[in-house]
Amino acid sequence: MPDVSITGEGVGKSYGTTTALKGLDFSVNKGEIFGFIGPDGAGKTTLFRILTTLLLPGSGKVSVEGYDVVKDYRILRRILGYMPGKFSLYHDLSVEENLRFFAGIFGVDVHENYHLVKDIYSQIEPFAKRRAGKLSGGMKQKLALSCALIHKPVVLVLDEPTTGVDAVSRREFWEMLLRLKSGGITIVVSTPYMDEAMRCDRVALMQQGSIMTTGTPQEIIAAFPRKIYRIKGSGILDILRLTRNMKYIRSAELFGDAVHISTENTDQAPTAGEISQYLSAQGLSGHTIKEVVAGIEDCFIDRMKQQPDKHE
Amino acid sequence: MNEAEEKNGKVIEAVELVKRFGNFVANDRLTFSVQRGEIFGFLGANGAGKTTAMRILCGLSKPTSGKIRVAGYDVYTQSEKIKQRIGYMSQRFSLYEDLTVWENFRFFGGIYRMKSALIRERADRMLGRLGILELRDTVIASLPPGIRQKLAFSIAILHEPEIVFLDEPTGGVDPVTRRQFWEMIYEAAASGITVFVTTHYMDEAEYCNRISIMVDGKIEALDTPEQLKKTYNAGSMNDVFLKLARRNEEQKKE
Repeated sequence: MPDVSITGEGVGKSYGTTTALKGLDFSVNKGEIFGFIGPDGAGKTTLFRILTTLLLPGSGKVSVEGYDVVKDYRILRRILGYMPGKFSLYHDLSVEENLRFFAGIFGVDVHENYHLVKDIYSQIEPFAKRRAGKLSGGMKQKLALSCALIHKPVVLVLDEPTTGVDAVSRREFWEMLLRLKSGGITIVVSTPYMDEAMRCDRVALMQQGSIMTTGTPQEIIAAFPRKIYRIKGSGILDILRLTRNMKYIRSAELFGDAVHISTENTDQAPTAGEISQYLSAQGLSGHTIKEVVAGIEDCFIDRMKQQPDKHE
Repeated sequence: MNEAEEKNGKVIEAVELVKRFGNFVANDRLTFSVQRGEIFGFLGANGAGKTTAMRILCGLSKPTSGKIRVAGYDVYTQSEKIKQRIGYMSQRFSLYEDLTVWENFRFFGGIYRMKSALIRERADRMLGRLGILELRDTVIASLPPGIRQKLAFSIAILHEPEIVFLDEPTGGVDPVTRRQFWEMIYEAAASGITVFVTTHYMDEAEYCNRISIMVDGKIEALDTPEQLKKTYNAGSMNDVFLKLARRNEEQKKE
Protein backbone atom coordinates (compact mmCIF):
# COMPACT_ATOMS: atom_id res chain seq x y z
CA MET A 1 0.00 0.00 0.00
CA PRO A 2 1.36 3.39 -0.93
CA ASP A 3 1.44 6.11 1.70
CA VAL A 4 -1.63 8.29 1.51
CA SER A 5 -1.39 12.07 1.52
CA ILE A 6 -5.00 13.14 1.08
CA THR A 7 -8.26 11.34 1.73
CA GLY A 8 -11.78 12.54 1.14
CA GLU A 9 -14.87 10.67 2.36
CA GLY A 10 -18.33 11.71 1.25
CA VAL A 11 -17.24 15.28 0.60
CA GLY A 12 -20.30 17.39 -0.20
CA LYS A 13 -20.96 21.09 -0.58
CA SER A 14 -24.01 23.12 -1.53
CA TYR A 15 -24.47 26.80 -2.22
CA GLY A 16 -28.12 27.54 -1.51
CA THR A 17 -30.05 25.16 -3.70
CA THR A 18 -27.08 24.41 -5.96
CA THR A 19 -25.15 21.27 -5.16
CA ALA A 20 -21.51 21.79 -6.09
CA LEU A 21 -20.12 18.51 -4.72
CA LYS A 22 -22.16 15.35 -4.36
CA GLY A 23 -20.33 13.26 -1.77
CA LEU A 24 -16.88 12.60 -3.25
CA ASP A 25 -14.60 9.77 -2.16
CA PHE A 26 -10.98 9.91 -3.18
CA SER A 27 -7.44 9.45 -2.00
CA VAL A 28 -4.16 10.88 -3.22
CA ASN A 29 -0.87 9.09 -2.61
CA LYS A 30 2.25 10.78 -1.36
CA GLY A 31 4.53 11.98 -4.11
CA GLU A 32 2.13 11.51 -7.01
CA ILE A 33 0.64 13.96 -9.47
CA PHE A 34 -3.10 13.56 -9.11
CA GLY A 35 -5.37 15.28 -11.62
CA PHE A 36 -9.00 16.30 -11.23
CA ILE A 37 -10.15 16.50 -14.83
CA GLY A 38 -13.44 18.12 -15.74
CA PRO A 39 -15.15 21.07 -17.38
CA ASP A 40 -16.13 24.38 -15.74
CA GLY A 41 -18.86 23.72 -13.22
CA ALA A 42 -17.69 20.20 -12.37
CA GLY A 43 -16.82 21.32 -8.83
CA LYS A 44 -13.02 21.34 -9.08
CA THR A 45 -12.51 24.79 -7.57
CA THR A 46 -14.93 24.14 -4.71
CA LEU A 47 -13.09 20.92 -3.92
CA PHE A 48 -9.71 22.64 -4.02
CA ARG A 49 -10.90 25.40 -1.72
CA ILE A 50 -11.98 22.72 0.75
CA LEU A 51 -8.62 20.91 0.44
CA THR A 52 -6.79 24.15 1.15
CA THR A 53 -8.96 25.00 4.21
CA LEU A 54 -10.45 28.07 2.54
CA LEU A 55 -13.96 26.66 2.50
CA LEU A 56 -15.72 24.35 4.97
CA PRO A 57 -17.10 21.12 3.55
CA GLY A 58 -20.89 20.88 3.86
CA SER A 59 -20.62 17.18 4.64
CA GLY A 60 -17.98 14.48 4.80
CA LYS A 61 -14.39 14.55 5.89
CA VAL A 62 -11.10 15.52 4.31
CA SER A 63 -7.66 14.99 5.72
CA VAL A 64 -4.36 16.13 4.29
CA GLU A 65 -1.13 14.60 5.61
CA GLY A 66 -3.15 13.27 8.54
CA TYR A 67 -4.59 16.66 9.46
CA ASP A 68 -8.29 17.48 9.32
CA VAL A 69 -9.12 20.40 7.02
CA VAL A 70 -11.61 21.83 9.52
CA LYS A 71 -9.90 21.28 12.88
CA ASP A 72 -6.27 21.56 11.89
CA TYR A 73 -6.45 24.36 9.35
CA ARG A 74 -3.68 26.35 11.03
CA ILE A 75 -1.17 23.54 10.64
CA LEU A 76 -2.35 22.71 7.15
CA ARG A 77 -1.93 26.23 5.87
CA ARG A 78 1.77 26.00 6.68
CA ILE A 79 2.32 22.81 4.72
CA LEU A 80 0.07 23.52 1.75
CA GLY A 81 0.99 25.47 -1.35
CA TYR A 82 -1.96 26.77 -3.35
CA MET A 83 -2.13 28.35 -6.76
CA PRO A 84 -5.69 29.55 -7.36
CA GLY A 85 -7.21 29.50 -10.83
CA LYS A 86 -7.56 33.23 -10.95
CA PHE A 87 -4.26 35.14 -10.86
CA SER A 88 -4.19 36.24 -7.23
CA LEU A 89 -0.85 37.94 -6.77
CA TYR A 90 -0.53 41.66 -6.22
CA HIS A 91 -0.65 43.40 -9.60
CA ASP A 92 0.93 46.56 -8.27
CA LEU A 93 3.85 44.82 -6.62
CA SER A 94 6.85 43.85 -8.68
CA VAL A 95 7.84 40.26 -9.35
CA GLU A 96 10.42 40.20 -6.56
CA GLU A 97 8.16 42.07 -4.14
CA ASN A 98 5.47 39.44 -4.60
CA LEU A 99 7.90 36.64 -3.89
CA ARG A 100 9.23 38.44 -0.81
CA PHE A 101 5.69 39.12 0.39
CA PHE A 102 4.67 35.47 0.25
CA ALA A 103 7.91 34.37 1.90
CA GLY A 104 7.24 36.96 4.61
CA ILE A 105 3.73 35.71 5.28
CA PHE A 106 5.08 32.23 5.90
CA GLY A 107 8.00 33.53 7.91
CA VAL A 108 10.64 32.10 5.61
CA ASP A 109 13.64 33.77 4.06
CA VAL A 110 13.74 34.13 0.27
CA HIS A 111 17.49 33.55 0.12
CA GLU A 112 17.41 30.50 2.34
CA ASN A 113 14.63 28.90 0.34
CA TYR A 114 15.70 30.20 -3.05
CA HIS A 115 16.86 26.73 -4.18
CA LEU A 116 13.21 25.55 -4.01
CA VAL A 117 12.07 27.96 -6.68
CA LYS A 118 15.33 28.57 -8.55
CA ASP A 119 14.41 26.44 -11.56
CA ILE A 120 11.21 28.34 -12.14
CA TYR A 121 11.97 31.76 -10.74
CA SER A 122 15.25 32.16 -12.64
CA GLN A 123 13.19 32.26 -15.86
CA ILE A 124 11.37 35.40 -14.74
CA GLU A 125 14.21 36.93 -12.74
CA PRO A 126 15.22 39.22 -15.64
CA PHE A 127 11.85 40.91 -15.06
CA ALA A 128 12.23 41.09 -11.26
CA LYS A 129 11.42 44.82 -11.18
CA ARG A 130 8.38 44.57 -13.44
CA ARG A 131 4.93 44.85 -11.92
CA ALA A 132 3.17 41.49 -11.77
CA GLY A 133 0.13 42.94 -13.54
CA LYS A 134 2.30 43.65 -16.59
CA LEU A 135 3.56 40.10 -17.07
CA SER A 136 2.48 37.78 -19.88
CA GLY A 137 0.25 34.80 -19.05
CA GLY A 138 3.15 32.34 -19.01
CA MET A 139 5.26 34.55 -16.75
CA LYS A 140 2.38 35.18 -14.34
CA GLN A 141 1.98 31.46 -14.06
CA LYS A 142 5.67 30.98 -13.20
CA LEU A 143 5.56 33.72 -10.59
CA ALA A 144 2.41 32.30 -9.02
CA LEU A 145 4.04 28.88 -8.85
CA SER A 146 7.17 30.36 -7.26
CA CYS A 147 5.05 32.12 -4.64
CA ALA A 148 3.19 28.88 -3.90
CA LEU A 149 6.46 27.00 -3.41
CA ILE A 150 8.63 29.42 -1.47
CA HIS A 151 7.59 28.11 1.98
CA LYS A 152 8.46 24.52 1.01
CA PRO A 153 4.97 22.99 1.05
CA VAL A 154 4.49 19.25 1.41
CA VAL A 155 1.42 19.32 -0.80
CA LEU A 156 0.96 21.58 -3.80
CA VAL A 157 -2.58 22.35 -5.01
CA LEU A 158 -2.88 23.90 -8.47
CA ASP A 159 -6.28 25.00 -9.74
CA GLU A 160 -6.32 25.11 -13.55
CA PRO A 161 -2.75 26.36 -13.81
CA THR A 162 -2.67 26.12 -17.62
CA THR A 163 -5.96 27.74 -18.57
CA GLY A 164 -5.37 30.54 -21.05
CA VAL A 165 -1.68 29.73 -21.41
CA ASP A 166 -0.18 28.93 -24.81
CA ALA A 167 1.04 25.51 -25.89
CA VAL A 168 4.73 26.22 -25.32
CA SER A 169 4.20 27.52 -21.78
CA ARG A 170 1.87 24.63 -21.05
CA ARG A 171 4.53 22.14 -22.05
CA GLU A 172 7.15 23.89 -19.93
CA PHE A 173 4.76 24.01 -17.00
CA TRP A 174 4.23 20.25 -17.03
CA GLU A 175 7.98 19.71 -17.27
CA MET A 176 8.33 21.83 -14.13
CA LEU A 177 5.69 19.76 -12.34
CA LEU A 178 7.55 16.56 -13.18
CA ARG A 179 10.77 18.00 -11.74
CA LEU A 180 8.94 19.10 -8.58
CA LYS A 181 7.45 15.64 -8.24
CA SER A 182 10.89 14.07 -8.37
CA GLY A 183 11.69 16.22 -5.33
CA GLY A 184 9.01 14.29 -3.42
CA ILE A 185 6.19 16.84 -3.25
CA THR A 186 2.59 15.68 -3.66
CA ILE A 187 0.81 17.57 -6.44
CA VAL A 188 -2.94 17.92 -6.92
CA VAL A 189 -3.87 19.66 -10.14
CA SER A 190 -7.11 20.42 -11.97
CA THR A 191 -7.65 21.04 -15.66
CA PRO A 192 -10.48 21.16 -18.18
CA TYR A 193 -8.09 19.83 -20.83
CA MET A 194 -8.25 16.12 -21.35
CA ASP A 195 -4.82 15.82 -22.94
CA GLU A 196 -3.24 16.96 -19.68
CA ALA A 197 -4.76 13.94 -17.95
CA MET A 198 -2.14 11.80 -19.68
CA ARG A 199 0.64 13.54 -17.78
CA CYS A 200 -0.78 12.69 -14.34
CA ASP A 201 0.01 9.53 -12.37
CA ARG A 202 -3.67 9.13 -11.54
CA VAL A 203 -6.76 11.10 -12.40
CA ALA A 204 -10.35 11.51 -11.30
CA LEU A 205 -12.75 12.40 -14.12
CA MET A 206 -15.30 14.87 -12.74
CA GLN A 207 -18.64 16.02 -14.03
CA GLN A 208 -21.36 18.03 -12.26
CA GLY A 209 -20.09 17.54 -8.75
CA SER A 210 -19.35 13.84 -9.04
CA ILE A 211 -16.32 11.72 -9.73
CA MET A 212 -17.15 9.45 -12.66
CA THR A 213 -14.04 7.30 -12.39
CA THR A 214 -10.57 7.25 -10.85
CA GLY A 215 -7.42 5.50 -12.01
CA THR A 216 -4.24 5.83 -13.99
CA PRO A 217 -4.93 7.24 -17.46
CA GLN A 218 -3.87 3.88 -18.87
CA GLU A 219 -6.34 2.00 -16.67
CA ILE A 220 -9.18 4.28 -17.67
CA ILE A 221 -8.41 3.86 -21.35
CA ALA A 222 -8.03 0.09 -21.00
CA ALA A 223 -11.45 -0.09 -19.35
CA PHE A 224 -13.18 1.55 -22.31
CA PRO A 225 -15.86 -0.99 -23.09
CA ARG A 226 -16.54 -0.62 -26.81
CA LYS A 227 -15.13 -0.13 -30.26
CA ILE A 228 -14.32 3.22 -31.76
CA TYR A 229 -14.09 3.96 -35.46
CA ARG A 230 -12.57 7.03 -36.96
CA ILE A 231 -14.10 8.22 -40.22
CA LYS A 232 -12.54 10.87 -42.41
CA GLY A 233 -13.85 12.31 -45.63
CA SER A 234 -15.63 15.25 -47.16
CA GLY A 235 -19.17 15.99 -46.05
CA ILE A 236 -18.39 15.56 -42.38
CA LEU A 237 -21.81 16.88 -41.30
CA ASP A 238 -23.49 14.28 -43.53
CA ILE A 239 -21.36 11.54 -42.02
CA LEU A 240 -22.47 12.66 -38.56
CA ARG A 241 -26.13 12.84 -39.51
CA LEU A 242 -26.17 9.48 -41.28
CA THR A 243 -24.23 7.50 -38.71
CA ARG A 244 -26.35 8.88 -35.86
CA ASN A 245 -29.34 7.31 -37.58
CA MET A 246 -27.73 3.88 -37.71
CA LYS A 247 -28.73 1.16 -35.29
CA TYR A 248 -26.36 0.11 -32.48
CA ILE A 249 -24.34 3.30 -32.80
CA ARG A 250 -23.87 4.71 -29.34
CA SER A 251 -22.41 8.04 -30.33
CA ALA A 252 -21.03 9.93 -33.30
CA GLU A 253 -19.01 13.02 -32.47
CA LEU A 254 -16.61 15.37 -34.21
CA PHE A 255 -12.95 14.81 -33.33
CA GLY A 256 -11.01 17.43 -35.23
CA ASP A 257 -11.70 16.96 -38.92
CA ALA A 258 -12.85 13.36 -38.37
CA VAL A 259 -15.86 11.66 -36.82
CA HIS A 260 -15.48 9.19 -33.94
CA ILE A 261 -18.15 6.57 -33.75
CA SER A 262 -18.58 4.23 -30.84
CA THR A 263 -20.78 1.19 -31.23
CA GLU A 264 -22.95 -0.61 -28.70
CA ASN A 265 -21.52 -3.70 -27.10
CA THR A 266 -23.47 -6.25 -29.09
CA ASP A 267 -22.88 -8.72 -31.90
CA GLN A 268 -25.36 -6.80 -34.00
CA ALA A 269 -23.26 -3.63 -33.93
CA PRO A 270 -22.06 -2.71 -37.42
CA THR A 271 -18.46 -3.38 -38.41
CA ALA A 272 -16.21 -0.83 -40.09
CA GLY A 273 -17.02 -2.40 -43.44
CA GLU A 274 -20.76 -2.21 -42.83
CA ILE A 275 -20.60 1.42 -41.77
CA SER A 276 -18.56 2.23 -44.84
CA GLN A 277 -20.98 0.37 -47.13
CA TYR A 278 -23.90 2.20 -45.59
CA LEU A 279 -22.29 5.58 -46.16
CA SER A 280 -21.43 4.71 -49.75
CA ALA A 281 -24.99 3.52 -50.36
CA GLN A 282 -26.17 6.93 -49.14
CA GLY A 283 -23.99 8.59 -51.73
CA LEU A 284 -21.01 9.42 -49.50
CA SER A 285 -18.01 7.84 -51.15
CA GLY A 286 -14.33 8.55 -50.77
CA HIS A 287 -14.23 8.33 -46.99
CA THR A 288 -11.86 6.25 -44.93
CA ILE A 289 -12.75 4.35 -41.79
CA LYS A 290 -10.57 2.56 -39.29
CA GLU A 291 -10.79 1.26 -35.79
CA VAL A 292 -8.84 3.36 -33.31
CA VAL A 293 -7.84 2.99 -29.68
CA ALA A 294 -9.94 5.12 -27.33
CA GLY A 295 -8.33 8.27 -26.00
CA ILE A 296 -9.05 9.82 -22.63
CA GLU A 297 -11.60 12.16 -24.26
CA ASP A 298 -13.51 9.20 -25.70
CA CYS A 299 -13.61 7.75 -22.18
CA PHE A 300 -14.81 11.03 -20.71
CA ILE A 301 -17.57 11.42 -23.30
CA ASP A 302 -18.69 7.83 -22.88
CA ARG A 303 -19.00 8.22 -19.14
CA MET A 304 -20.77 11.55 -19.44
CA LYS A 305 -23.40 9.81 -21.53
CA GLN A 306 -23.98 7.34 -18.72
CA GLN A 307 -24.94 10.19 -16.41
CA PRO A 308 -28.72 10.22 -16.07
CA ASP A 309 -29.05 13.82 -14.88
CA LYS A 310 -27.59 15.63 -17.83
CA HIS A 311 -29.09 19.05 -18.39
CA GLU A 312 -27.81 19.58 -21.91
CA MET B 1 -20.63 40.55 -50.84
CA ASN B 2 -19.47 43.21 -53.26
CA GLU B 3 -17.84 42.96 -56.67
CA ALA B 4 -14.20 42.83 -55.68
CA GLU B 5 -14.84 39.92 -53.40
CA GLU B 6 -17.20 38.15 -55.76
CA LYS B 7 -14.47 37.84 -58.35
CA ASN B 8 -12.03 35.67 -56.46
CA GLY B 9 -14.05 34.19 -53.58
CA LYS B 10 -11.64 35.63 -51.04
CA VAL B 11 -13.43 37.01 -48.03
CA ILE B 12 -10.26 38.16 -46.32
CA GLU B 13 -7.23 39.24 -48.24
CA ALA B 14 -4.11 40.62 -46.58
CA VAL B 15 -0.98 41.54 -48.50
CA GLU B 16 2.09 42.59 -46.53
CA LEU B 17 0.10 43.66 -43.47
CA VAL B 18 2.38 45.57 -41.10
CA LYS B 19 1.49 47.02 -37.72
CA ARG B 20 4.05 48.92 -35.67
CA PHE B 21 3.74 50.35 -32.19
CA GLY B 22 6.70 52.71 -31.98
CA ASN B 23 9.74 50.55 -32.69
CA PHE B 24 7.91 47.33 -31.97
CA VAL B 25 6.68 45.39 -34.99
CA ALA B 26 3.58 43.51 -33.86
CA ASN B 27 2.63 42.24 -37.32
CA ASP B 28 5.47 41.76 -39.76
CA ARG B 29 4.36 41.59 -43.42
CA LEU B 30 1.48 39.16 -43.05
CA THR B 31 0.21 37.85 -46.37
CA PHE B 32 -2.71 35.45 -46.43
CA SER B 33 -6.22 35.05 -47.71
CA VAL B 34 -9.33 33.26 -46.51
CA GLN B 35 -11.96 31.75 -48.81
CA ARG B 36 -15.70 32.07 -48.37
CA GLY B 37 -17.06 29.30 -46.13
CA GLU B 38 -13.61 28.32 -44.91
CA ILE B 39 -12.76 27.61 -41.26
CA PHE B 40 -9.45 29.37 -40.80
CA GLY B 41 -7.42 28.83 -37.63
CA PHE B 42 -5.20 31.69 -36.51
CA LEU B 43 -2.68 30.29 -34.06
CA GLY B 44 0.25 31.67 -32.16
CA ALA B 45 1.79 31.87 -28.71
CA ASN B 46 0.85 34.62 -26.24
CA GLY B 47 2.21 37.86 -27.63
CA ALA B 48 2.76 36.55 -31.17
CA GLY B 49 0.54 39.29 -32.61
CA LYS B 50 -2.76 37.47 -33.17
CA THR B 51 -4.97 39.95 -31.36
CA THR B 52 -3.38 42.92 -33.14
CA ALA B 53 -4.04 41.36 -36.54
CA MET B 54 -7.55 40.36 -35.59
CA ARG B 55 -8.39 43.89 -34.46
CA ILE B 56 -7.24 45.19 -37.82
CA LEU B 57 -9.34 42.66 -39.71
CA CYS B 58 -12.38 43.64 -37.62
CA GLY B 59 -11.91 47.29 -38.55
CA LEU B 60 -11.04 48.31 -34.97
CA SER B 61 -7.46 49.35 -35.62
CA LYS B 62 -5.64 50.72 -38.68
CA PRO B 63 -2.60 48.91 -40.05
CA THR B 64 0.69 50.77 -40.51
CA SER B 65 0.95 49.54 -44.09
CA GLY B 66 -0.21 46.79 -46.41
CA LYS B 67 -3.25 46.09 -48.50
CA ILE B 68 -6.09 44.49 -46.57
CA ARG B 69 -9.64 43.83 -47.68
CA VAL B 70 -12.32 42.19 -45.54
CA ALA B 71 -15.69 41.18 -47.03
CA GLY B 72 -14.57 43.11 -50.10
CA TYR B 73 -14.00 46.36 -48.20
CA ASP B 74 -10.85 48.29 -47.49
CA VAL B 75 -9.78 48.39 -43.81
CA TYR B 76 -8.39 51.92 -44.11
CA THR B 77 -11.43 53.65 -45.56
CA GLN B 78 -14.41 51.32 -45.16
CA SER B 79 -14.13 49.97 -41.65
CA GLU B 80 -17.77 50.81 -40.81
CA LYS B 81 -18.94 48.71 -43.75
CA ILE B 82 -16.72 45.88 -42.50
CA LYS B 83 -18.17 46.05 -38.99
CA GLN B 84 -21.67 45.57 -40.34
CA ARG B 85 -20.65 42.43 -42.18
CA ILE B 86 -18.78 40.58 -39.46
CA GLY B 87 -19.69 38.88 -36.22
CA TYR B 88 -17.46 38.55 -33.15
CA MET B 89 -17.36 36.27 -30.16
CA SER B 90 -14.78 35.79 -27.45
CA GLN B 91 -14.71 33.78 -24.29
CA ARG B 92 -13.83 36.83 -22.22
CA PHE B 93 -16.89 38.75 -23.21
CA SER B 94 -19.89 37.58 -25.11
CA LEU B 95 -23.27 38.07 -23.49
CA TYR B 96 -24.74 40.42 -20.90
CA GLU B 97 -25.12 38.29 -17.82
CA ASP B 98 -27.84 40.39 -16.19
CA LEU B 99 -30.06 40.24 -19.25
CA THR B 100 -32.22 37.30 -20.27
CA VAL B 101 -31.54 35.16 -23.31
CA TRP B 102 -34.17 37.00 -25.33
CA GLU B 103 -32.97 40.44 -24.18
CA ASN B 104 -29.48 39.58 -25.40
CA PHE B 105 -30.86 38.60 -28.80
CA ARG B 106 -32.86 41.83 -28.97
CA PHE B 107 -29.92 43.94 -27.85
CA PHE B 108 -27.41 42.54 -30.34
CA GLY B 109 -29.98 42.39 -33.15
CA GLY B 110 -30.76 46.03 -32.40
CA ILE B 111 -27.10 47.01 -32.70
CA TYR B 112 -27.17 45.65 -36.24
CA ARG B 113 -30.49 47.46 -36.83
CA MET B 114 -32.42 44.30 -37.45
CA LYS B 115 -36.21 44.55 -37.36
CA SER B 116 -37.83 43.13 -34.21
CA ALA B 117 -39.84 40.59 -36.17
CA LEU B 118 -36.69 39.27 -37.85
CA ILE B 119 -34.82 39.08 -34.53
CA ARG B 120 -37.70 37.17 -33.00
CA GLU B 121 -37.96 34.78 -35.93
CA ARG B 122 -34.24 33.97 -36.00
CA ALA B 123 -33.94 33.81 -32.21
CA ASP B 124 -36.79 31.29 -32.03
CA ARG B 125 -35.29 29.24 -34.82
CA MET B 126 -31.85 29.21 -33.17
CA LEU B 127 -33.21 28.41 -29.70
CA GLY B 128 -35.37 25.68 -31.21
CA ARG B 129 -32.35 24.24 -32.98
CA LEU B 130 -30.47 24.15 -29.64
CA GLY B 131 -33.52 22.67 -27.91
CA ILE B 132 -33.66 25.46 -25.33
CA LEU B 133 -36.76 27.47 -26.29
CA GLU B 134 -37.90 27.27 -22.67
CA LEU B 135 -34.82 29.25 -21.56
CA ARG B 136 -35.90 32.33 -23.52
CA ASP B 137 -36.65 34.39 -20.43
CA THR B 138 -33.86 33.04 -18.25
CA VAL B 139 -31.10 35.37 -17.07
CA ILE B 140 -27.73 34.47 -18.65
CA ALA B 141 -25.95 34.40 -15.28
CA SER B 142 -27.95 31.35 -14.23
CA LEU B 143 -27.06 29.27 -17.31
CA PRO B 144 -24.25 26.69 -17.43
CA PRO B 145 -21.15 27.63 -19.43
CA GLY B 146 -21.87 25.24 -22.28
CA ILE B 147 -25.25 26.76 -23.05
CA ARG B 148 -23.91 30.28 -22.75
CA GLN B 149 -21.24 29.47 -25.26
CA LYS B 150 -23.69 28.11 -27.81
CA LEU B 151 -25.91 31.16 -27.28
CA ALA B 152 -22.97 33.50 -27.71
CA PHE B 153 -22.15 31.89 -31.03
CA SER B 154 -25.78 32.02 -32.16
CA ILE B 155 -25.92 35.72 -31.33
CA ALA B 156 -22.62 36.39 -33.10
CA ILE B 157 -24.16 35.08 -36.33
CA LEU B 158 -27.68 36.43 -35.70
CA HIS B 159 -27.28 39.14 -38.36
CA GLU B 160 -25.91 36.54 -40.82
CA PRO B 161 -22.47 38.08 -41.16
CA GLU B 162 -20.11 37.09 -43.97
CA ILE B 163 -17.36 36.35 -41.48
CA VAL B 164 -17.47 35.46 -37.83
CA PHE B 165 -14.37 36.06 -35.71
CA LEU B 166 -14.01 33.72 -32.76
CA ASP B 167 -11.36 34.79 -30.26
CA GLU B 168 -10.48 31.78 -28.10
CA PRO B 169 -14.07 30.69 -27.94
CA THR B 170 -14.00 27.28 -26.29
CA GLY B 171 -12.14 27.40 -22.96
CA GLY B 172 -13.36 25.39 -20.03
CA VAL B 173 -16.34 23.52 -21.44
CA ASP B 174 -16.83 19.77 -21.33
CA PRO B 175 -15.75 17.70 -24.32
CA VAL B 176 -19.28 16.90 -25.46
CA THR B 177 -20.28 20.57 -25.44
CA ARG B 178 -17.06 21.47 -27.21
CA ARG B 179 -17.87 19.03 -30.00
CA GLN B 180 -21.43 20.32 -30.26
CA PHE B 181 -19.98 23.79 -30.49
CA TRP B 182 -17.69 22.78 -33.35
CA GLU B 183 -20.62 21.14 -35.06
CA MET B 184 -22.37 24.53 -34.96
CA ILE B 185 -19.27 26.08 -36.48
CA TYR B 186 -19.23 23.48 -39.27
CA GLU B 187 -22.91 24.16 -39.95
CA ALA B 188 -22.29 27.91 -40.09
CA ALA B 189 -19.43 27.34 -42.54
CA ALA B 190 -21.59 25.05 -44.66
CA SER B 191 -24.17 27.85 -44.86
CA GLY B 192 -21.49 30.14 -46.30
CA ILE B 193 -20.29 32.00 -43.20
CA THR B 194 -16.52 32.20 -43.08
CA VAL B 195 -15.05 31.34 -39.69
CA PHE B 196 -11.84 32.93 -38.43
CA VAL B 197 -10.81 31.44 -35.12
CA THR B 198 -7.94 31.87 -32.66
CA THR B 199 -7.16 29.28 -30.03
CA HIS B 200 -4.37 28.17 -27.71
CA TYR B 201 -5.49 24.60 -27.84
CA MET B 202 -3.90 22.69 -30.61
CA ASP B 203 -6.40 19.86 -30.70
CA GLU B 204 -8.90 22.52 -31.77
CA ALA B 205 -6.68 23.40 -34.67
CA GLU B 206 -7.45 19.98 -36.08
CA TYR B 207 -11.02 21.14 -36.73
CA CYS B 208 -9.90 23.92 -39.08
CA ASN B 209 -9.65 23.66 -42.86
CA ARG B 210 -6.44 25.68 -42.86
CA ILE B 211 -4.20 27.09 -40.18
CA SER B 212 -1.69 29.85 -39.93
CA ILE B 213 0.84 29.83 -37.11
CA MET B 214 2.31 33.13 -36.00
CA VAL B 215 5.62 33.40 -34.21
CA ASP B 216 6.97 36.80 -33.13
CA GLY B 217 4.76 38.81 -35.46
CA LYS B 218 5.35 36.70 -38.57
CA ILE B 219 3.35 33.93 -40.19
CA GLU B 220 5.73 31.00 -39.95
CA ALA B 221 3.47 28.36 -41.45
CA LEU B 222 0.18 28.25 -43.31
CA ASP B 223 -1.47 25.08 -44.59
CA THR B 224 -4.02 22.37 -43.86
CA PRO B 225 -3.49 20.58 -40.53
CA GLU B 226 -2.74 17.37 -42.41
CA GLN B 227 -0.07 18.97 -44.58
CA LEU B 228 1.51 20.82 -41.64
CA LYS B 229 1.89 17.56 -39.75
CA LYS B 230 3.60 16.04 -42.80
CA THR B 231 5.86 19.03 -43.39
CA TYR B 232 7.03 19.13 -39.80
CA ASN B 233 7.04 15.39 -39.40
CA ALA B 234 4.82 15.69 -36.36
CA GLY B 235 2.12 13.46 -34.91
CA SER B 236 -0.16 16.25 -33.79
CA MET B 237 -0.71 19.98 -34.25
CA ASN B 238 0.68 20.43 -30.76
CA ASP B 239 4.00 19.01 -31.92
CA VAL B 240 3.97 21.21 -35.03
CA PHE B 241 3.41 24.24 -32.85
CA LEU B 242 6.14 23.33 -30.39
CA LYS B 243 8.64 22.68 -33.20
CA LEU B 244 7.96 26.07 -34.75
CA ALA B 245 8.05 27.98 -31.48
CA ARG B 246 11.13 26.18 -30.19
CA ARG B 247 13.01 26.58 -33.47
CA ASN B 248 12.46 30.27 -33.19
CA GLU B 249 13.71 30.45 -29.62
CA GLU B 250 16.86 28.61 -30.58
CA GLN B 251 17.49 31.03 -33.43
CA LYS B 252 17.15 33.91 -31.00
CA LYS B 253 19.75 32.46 -28.68
CA GLU B 254 22.32 32.14 -31.44
